[in-house]
Amino acid sequence: MIKTIGAAMLTAGLPLEIAKTDEHAALCGSNAIAAATPPVGATTPPITYVFFSTEEAAFIDAAASRLIPADEQWPGALEAAVPNYIDKQLAGAWGRGERLYRSGPWQQGTPSQGYQLPFTPAELFHTALAAINKELAKAGTPFATMSADQQDAYLRSLEAGDKDLDGVPSGLFFGELWEFTVEGFFSDPVYGGIRDMVAWRMIGFPGAYASYYDLVDRHGITIDRPPMSLAEDAHGHVHMNPGIRAHSP
Amino acid sequence: MAQRLKPVDVVTIGVGLTGSLAALELAETGLKVVGLERGAPRYTVPDFQSPAIHDELRFSIRKAMMQDNVKVAVSFRNNSDQTALPIRRWESFLPGQGLGGSFVHWNGQSFRFQVADFIYRTHILERYGQKFLDACGPELTIQDWGVTYDELEPHYDRFEYLCGVSGKAGNIKGQIQAGGNPFEAPRSREYPNPPLKEPYFGAIFRKGAESLGYHPYPQPSSNLSRPYINPLGLQLEQCVFCGFCERYACEHYAKASPQTIILPVLLKNPNYELQTSCEVLRINLDSTRKKATGVTYVDAAGREFEQPAELVLITAFPLNNVRTLLLSGIGKPYDPKTGEGVVGRNYSYQTTGGPTVFMDESININPFMSSGAPGTMIDDFSGDNFDHSQLGFIGGQYVGSIMTNGRPIEFHPTPPGTPAWGLEWKRAVDRHYNHTILIQQHGTSAASRLNYLDLDPTYKDAWGQPLLRMTFDFPENDIRMSQYIADKVVEIGRAMGGKIVVRGGTERPYTTTVYQSTHNCGGAVMGSDPKTSVVNRYLQCWDVPNVFSLGGSAIPQNGTYNYSVTIGALTYWALDAIKNKYLKSPGPLVHA
Repeated sequence: MIKTIGAAMLTAGLPLEIAKTDEHAALCGSNAIAAATPPVGATTPPITYVFFSTEEAAFIDAAASRLIPADEQWPGALEAAVPNYIDKQLAGAWGRGERLYRSGPWQQGTPSQGYQLPFTPAELFHTALAAINKELAKAGTPFATMSADQQDAYLRSLEAGDKDLDGVPSGLFFGELWEFTVEGFFSDPVYGGIRDMVAWRMIGFPGAYASYYDLVDRHGITIDRPPMSLAEDAHGHVHMNPGIRAHSP
Repeated sequence: MAQRLKPVDVVTIGVGLTGSLAALELAETGLKVVGLERGAPRYTVPDFQSPAIHDELRFSIRKAMMQDNVKVAVSFRNNSDQTALPIRRWESFLPGQGLGGSFVHWNGQSFRFQVADFIYRTHILERYGQKFLDACGPELTIQDWGVTYDELEPHYDRFEYLCGVSGKAGNIKGQIQAGGNPFEAPRSREYPNPPLKEPYFGAIFRKGAESLGYHPYPQPSSNLSRPYINPLGLQLEQCVFCGFCERYACEHYAKASPQTIILPVLLKNPNYELQTSCEVLRINLDSTRKKATGVTYVDAAGREFEQPAELVLITAFPLNNVRTLLLSGIGKPYDPKTGEGVVGRNYSYQTTGGPTVFMDESININPFMSSGAPGTMIDDFSGDNFDHSQLGFIGGQYVGSIMTNGRPIEFHPTPPGTPAWGLEWKRAVDRHYNHTILIQQHGTSAASRLNYLDLDPTYKDAWGQPLLRMTFDFPENDIRMSQYIADKVVEIGRAMGGKIVVRGGTERPYTTTVYQSTHNCGGAVMGSDPKTSVVNRYLQCWDVPNVFSLGGSAIPQNGTYNYSVTIGALTYWALDAIKNKYLKSPGPLVHA
């Protein structure tokens, strides 16, 4: 009997009729936020910065709000706490060069050879932001105090890549900033961004559900259910098959 | 100095697909086998479990299952006039690390190559002639494998049943089967399991392709369509379409991997010993340089060991097989100036890319309900399935809708003309995320005398050894091929009802900054002539007969398909020769 545990039983433990939002929302209790109800007017979350200085954070906050702006329908990157995500990524192992080959000699390569600077992501951000803030302070208009149009124009000038930010090509910096912004907008809330899973609810990505076996051939159905974060996964299921040894002897 | 360990019969360098399969075959004959794996041990429980496994940032973006670039990378340049620089972070291809190797994070796309692929040069010359091939590109160095499809068929069959491949046969012993791929090479019997359920994108592709007269079929998959007990007695489960397959391990025992189809049996065999976190530095040779005496490796604590062995099997990722040969001085390194030498020669890759099809907002694709190999595809443009005589290129691609996921950091398509960021970008992502279909073109990569692997003169790994250096660009032949097929596939996208169809196709130069394929191919190729191959038809090194190099490094040029199942078949083929010929009389299995 116990041998027959299989996918049928695995899926049996899951909310199969997840297309019925109400039923599932009831299961999820007060944590459930109906997908169809965006948090209009969401506020900017308070962030405790551990990597960025106050001046750096002011730039990142303002840039986030222009890179993915809020509108009447959905919050943007700032409201989704993307700056918090970037701050924690840069403060951690990734910022310090995790999984990055870091031996020289250093030289500029072709575009097809990829990233070839000695900076870790953390060093790259500190260096580029210092150069940006210095330049704008000299001009008397810190980025955060510019109008939205001015901010967009300045970001475009970085994107165009013709500025030298103390050794960091501005286009490279912009590319990194944009990548981190997209990551923070869409990656699981356990990493400190995507507050209230707004971006997932916007596009309809359900998150870390484990099975769609009974839905995959129901072509074109509307999936209207609250998304699930890694941290929220309360299935309590263990996908253990007693017929297969879990560990080496 | 290195501590000398007790001699064993066999050592495998790497414990992925080829290393675990070969070890099992040999341990069962009574030989003592040691498997050396550079990565960590890991098992379905507890290492691959939910919810942690469904983490796009950690696995897809930060590439947690891949080789650690901090310790070792590959240097790269497009041509030999450039200076190669290290690939400091993986993007274009993703070599796995850890017990089970890349066969843990693969997608389970489970193809056989076609009959003509194994006799590629012979086939092209017979059908089109030398003049035609010269016109495709005088630099092309395509060649025959030295083994035929018919010889490999029983091994394909055996490996598919080990994996529990789910699919529909298109050709059983020459009889075309309804519902399968009519271009398929003849099989001796049906797949062990029926095809996976067809997701919506596949159904839409099927309809579009059929309306143009093509021949859609369900992609063969090693994500299983139903519970299955493989011939080793190991139980696999039904794929649940979680949408976290490639770049991830399977939490459900539903994807064939060493952990699910081999290791539980191998690890119980008293003749087998697994050693993890061991970096093999080189294969040691005796004074004749024609016999290997074992290997030298460093463990996680930095201690050096010498493991003597009668038989050495190189069973690493293809690029690492080639590097191991070069670091050990086995075989003559290839010199692109003279065309002489063999190790590193005929490195090839895979041509990829395909159109993006933007659909009406009323069509919910739900791409997150998916599997690693859930595609519906056509082979009308694969390999040499169509007449090339007026086309000026060789090769082809399979075409299909194989959307493996809807993970949003990786997948948030916007149509051309959308700003790269800002409010309009956000609105376009919202509009198109659930209403877009990707079609894949995926196919041949012709070998060229200009493309090769050798040791980098400058950059080193954490153990002080030279990195592998890759010199590669797509031959013009492959660009012409890919662009020709791109035109055809755009028509399929329109027939699917695409409002906007963005054309695909491969371009030059090849770049390491965009993911394309992890089917790095060749560099230690098999063949019947030691002047153009490193290993003979049984994957035995010509120069050092007690060393075999198993895996994708043996494939002389890439065929249309993802090669994992072919690697499995080649491994069974080589092991059959080792067990039934080599062990009875150790020495060269083929005399040049």
